[in-house]
Formats: sequence, structure tokens, C-alpha cells
Amino acid sequence: MAGTEHSEGLAFHPLEQFEITRLFGHGPIHWYTPTNATLWMALATLAIIVVFVLGSARRSMIPGRLQSLGEMAYDFIYKMVEDVTGHDGVKYFPMIMTLFVFILFTNLLGLLPASFTPTSHIAVTAILGFGVFLFVTLLGLAKHGVGFLGLFWMSDAPLILRPIIAVIEVISYFVRPVSHSIRLAGNIMAGHAVIKVFAAFAPLILISGIGVLVTPISILAIVAIYALEVLVAFIQAYVFTILTCVYLKDALHPGH
Amino acid sequence: MATTETAHEAAKAGMPQLDFSTFPNQIFWLLVTLAVIFFVLRTVALPRIGGILTTRRGQISGDLAAAEELKHKALEAEKAYNAALVSARAEAGKIVAAAKAEIQADLNAAIAKADAEIAAKTAESASRIDEIRAAASDVVASVAKDTAAELVVAMGGAVDARAIEAAVTARLKG
Repeated sequence: MAGTEHSEGLAFHPLEQFEITRLFGHGPIHWYTPTNATLWMALATLAIIVVFVLGSARRSMIPGRLQSLGEMAYDFIYKMVEDVTGHDGVKYFPMIMTLFVFILFTNLLGLLPASFTPTSHIAVTAILGFGVFLFVTLLGLAKHGVGFLGLFWMSDAPLILRPIIAVIEVISYFVRPVSHSIRLAGNIMAGHAVIKVFAAFAPLILISGIGVLVTPISILAIVAIYALEVLVAFIQAYVFTILTCVYLKDALHPGH
Repeated sequence: MATTETAHEAAKAGMPQLDFSTFPNQIFWLLVTLAVIFFVLRTVALPRIGGILTTRRGQISGDLAAAEELKHKALEAEKAYNAALVSARAEAGKIVAAAKAEIQADLNAAIAKADAEIAAKTAESASRIDEIRAAASDVVASVAKDTAAELVVAMGGAVDARAIEAAVTARLKG
């Protein structure tokens, strides 16, 4: 009896939140159809404009809150680019800043209840990851020509080991974009799914006596995981950005 | 159309992430979003924030330099003040010494003048005392002669003026 009540009352659809849906009307989703992904990317863009454009509009010598936020993000990424890639990497700073703010703001907006997180989709992160991969590979080839392949040739390793190491290096080089994109999507998706699972347990108190125990635990778990997810939202944006910087450094200075 | 529909239905059962029918849509909007963000950051936000940070850094280093300069000036002013104090003290010492010397000279002159006056008065007094003494001894001599003459007469002797005078004069000298 209780078992049937469980299956009727509790709705486990942890993956429903990731569905792409049309914003208006019904029908198939074409490449140009405005969807929930469109909406939340647009909201992220708006938030970015509010923080970085409107926030700095007064150009105050003593910054307000929004301007401080923009300046801190600017300094943070600028220092990262300069430290990791060196001075000649600074001209790619706007590109890297774009990646960072896009990932950070979509991650954070995705933590709003009933929102949608574009970065939880492998389609989005794969474009980001493979885009970075293609960009740095072509940049390295354009800058150093065949010399870029020296990235795979460990000149300080014993001669016999060098071809083996080269094979391993090539494999690891081509795995980079895969791990780069799956890391981001996987982290975001897993966190959201876990919150949803605990959220599904939360209304148990309305159905069964065991809910007296389960409901507070699941609500506490939601709060704890939510806090963790706020951290993850930032850390994943940071990790993606610093790895981009590292790959860019390899393209600019292939020598070890 | 039919294939995308079936793929969509299949994905509904599994992960929406693997529903390839939505990929073109997501990729298109992602590229649009990235282009907009890049354009906004590149043309407006980043140059402006970079400018603000540069201006502030310039302002801060300028202010620090100005503060350093002012500190230098303050130190110099203190030095000048101390030097002025030292020279003023030396000047005051000189003036005091000069005044002392002047006063000493005046004092010496006054003392000398007083000494001279005292000496003059002493000499005058001494001469008057001498005069008075001389006059007194004359009177004593004449009184002694007269008294001696009277005594001689009273004793019934003859008055020998010369002998009396000689005797009195001899006694007065002794």
C-alpha cells in the first residue's frame, strides 16, 4: 500500500530540468527556434552587460559595488592570462574574459530555481572546448609552423623513450578538448541532478510517516549541495579559463 | 523530419544532453551569445575598466609621490627651523656678551670715578684735619706760654719771655 503511494506521490525526474523546450508555441526545434537555452544565455548576456558596462558607466575613482565586481573580475582574469601565458598572451585577454564571464554567469543563473543551465549541455561545452582546442592548435601552427610539433618531442628525455612519449603526448593533446568540455558539463549536470533527487524526496512527509525523518534530511542536503554548487559554479568557470590559458601558453611557447 | 522526431522521443526517455536534434539550436544560440558578449566586452567594457584601473593606479602613484615630496619639504623646513634656532641662539649669546661687557665697562668707569671722588674728598679732609691740628697746636702753644708765664708770675719769679717760649716749645716737641 505504502509502496504504491510512494510511486504515485514522489516524482523522480532529475533530468527533466535539462530538456530543451520552445519558448513560444509548439512544434519541432529548428536551429533558429528561441528556446529556454536562448532565454538563459540572453539573461546571462544581460547580467554581464549590467555588471561590466552599466556598473562601470560612472568611471568612479572610488568604485561602487557593481564597478568593484567588474574590476575584480577584470583584474583576476587579466592577471591569470598574464601569469600563465606571458605578455604576448595579453592580446587574447578579451577572448578568455568572454569565456570566463559566459561560463560563470550561466552557471550562477542556472542555480536559480526553475531556471535552465546552458553549460550543463555537452553541446555547449563541446563547442567551447573544441573551439579553444582548434583556436590554440591553429594559432600554434601559424606561429611556429612545424616547430609547434616540438610540443610532443621531449628533447630532454632519453632518445629511446622519445617516440613513446611523443605518442602519449599526442593522445593526451587530443583528449584535452574532450576532458575540457565534459568536465564542465558533467560537474554542472551532476550537481543539478543531485539537488533534484533530494528535492523529490522532500515532500515525503505529506505521504508517509517516514517523511518526518527524510524530509528534514533532504532539505538540509539541498541547502548543503546548493552551497557546494555555488562554489562549483565559480570553480568550474575558473578551471575552464585557466586551462584555456595553459593551452594558449603551449601554442605561444611550445618549448618545454 | 521523422528521424529528428524519433530521436527527440528517444532522448526524452534518457538524457536530454544526448538529444542531438537540439544541438544545432544550442550551438547557434551559443555562438550568437558569445559573439555579443565578446563584442560588448571588447569594444566597451574591457577598455573602460582597464582605463579606470590605469587612471587609478596613476592617481595613487602620483599621490604617493606628492606625499613623499611634501614629507621632504617638511623635513627641509624642520632643518631650516633648527638652523635658524641655532643661529638665533648664537646671536642672542653674542648680544648678551656685548651687553655684559658694556655694563662691566660702565661699572668700571663708575667705580673709578667714585674712587677718584673718594680719594679727592679724603685728601681734602686730611688737609683740613692737618690745618685744624696745626691751628690747635698753635693755640695750645700760646695757651701753654700764657699759662707758664702766669705760673711763673704767681710763684713770684720774673717773666723771661724768651726762656718760657723755648721751654714750652721744647716740651711741645717732646
